[in-house]
Amino acid sequence: MLQAYLMAFIIGGLICVIGQLLMDLTPLTPAHVLVLFVVLGGVLSGLGLYQPLVDLGGAGATVPLTGFGHSLVSGAIEEVGKVGFWGIFSGAVKSTATGITAAVVFGLVMATIFNPKG
Amino acid sequence: MNKKKGLQTVVFSSPPVITSTANVVGPMEGEGALTEFYDRILKDNLDGNMSWEKCESSMMEWALRTAIAKENSQLADIDYVLAGDLLNQLMSTHFAIRNIGRPFLGMYGACSTLVQSMMMGSVLLDGGFAGKVAVAVSSHHDTAERQYRFPTELGVQRPMVSQWTVTGSGAVVISESGQGPRITAATTGKIVDMGIKDPNAMGPAMAPAAADTLWHHLEDTGRQPTYYDMIFTGDLGSVGKALVIQLFKEKGVDLASVYEDCGCMIFRQEQDAHAGASGCASSAVVFTGYIYRMMMRQKLRKVLLIGTGSLHSTTSYQQKESIPCIAHAVAIEN
Repeated sequence: MLQAYLMAFIIGGLICVIGQLLMDLTPLTPAHVLVLFVVLGGVLSGLGLYQPLVDLGGAGATVPLTGFGHSLVSGAIEEVGKVGFWGIFSGAVKSTATGITAAVVFGLVMATIFNPKG
Repeated sequence: MNKKKGLQTVVFSSPPVITSTANVVGPMEGEGALTEFYDRILKDNLDGNMSWEKCESSMMEWALRTAIAKENSQLADIDYVLAGDLLNQLMSTHFAIRNIGRPFLGMYGACSTLVQSMMMGSVLLDGGFAGKVAVAVSSHHDTAERQYRFPTELGVQRPMVSQWTVTGSGAVVISESGQGPRITAATTGKIVDMGIKDPNAMGPAMAPAAADTLWHHLEDTGRQPTYYDMIFTGDLGSVGKALVIQLFKEKGVDLASVYEDCGCMIFRQEQDAHAGASGCASSAVVFTGYIYRMMMRQKLRKVLLIGTGSLHSTTSYQQKESIPCIAHAVAIEN
């Protein structure tokens, strides 16, 4: 148990350190880093390099944005195995449905309650 | 009679008098290093308004009316209002001046707007086109963030080179006669663009423009930097200020003892403003507060105020253009 926490902290922390260094040392904005991380997670996942990170770090690898890219790609690959070509389009969203729906629902709730100022 | 001196400077034959100033700042500025030099400190960044933009407008209107009331004048005594801010189409200014009912000219020089407006006001006065001119500028941290950077709610990290836009407004009344320090000369700057593209690094981008204008001011007038008790730039911040000192050192001139940047004076170190303050209000609240009062108390007798502006837009930044910069200077003497 304790080891799982420790590994999640180390792997997740390292991913975030990369993001922080990108913002501190390059002209990239947070928006660039966000997109870069999702794409990078997807590419690593496609090459089969991200799943070992998830096995090692658990939530430490799935919670950062790279984990979202990984879910999109691994979901698509899995669905292609089941239904063929059209799985490319349906699989990615199926595997990330919880996250996407949560974003839509919470976004709607917050937008209804609060008035954005900035 | 030609009042032009040298390449970029005019020397006024009847130097206009700065007869009154007023300022208002936000809460963070109020907790800063110059607290005792502000007329009014807001409790929060909205001050009872529905939006930050409305707050910025109300600050400018308040500063303008207060500066005029302080010298026992009426709005009707003002021949021209020259004012500007940082927002698109001078939004804060136009809504602030809506109720003033005096002839108005909108000014835009980004953060150099105060000095640009004071120069133009002095030209109107010395030219005999006006007897009394009111100048006002404003900026607001949250309106500037919204327009130029990211939504404030996003909580984006700010790099250490970045500066904190001052929430505040300053107004100046300039008259053809009266009591107060006089604007004796003005140097109009040229646009200088050294190719810096990072809108977080405006201090370093503007430093060469400030150095260029200061250099030409000294050449045109034949003065040494030590002619002035203090030379102030508007909002270069700590990084830009160090660059100006460096640029002059390369020319064999030591500025350090007579030079300060308004952007380095407003916040205290522990306020986490990073490289210092910026915005139209940076030079405005320091000039209308600290500098003007020091001149009235004769603690400062000769001051050169250099307004510095980054003339980029959000569109130019998105199209990956570099930042054109400008600096204007006014000599103010007792």
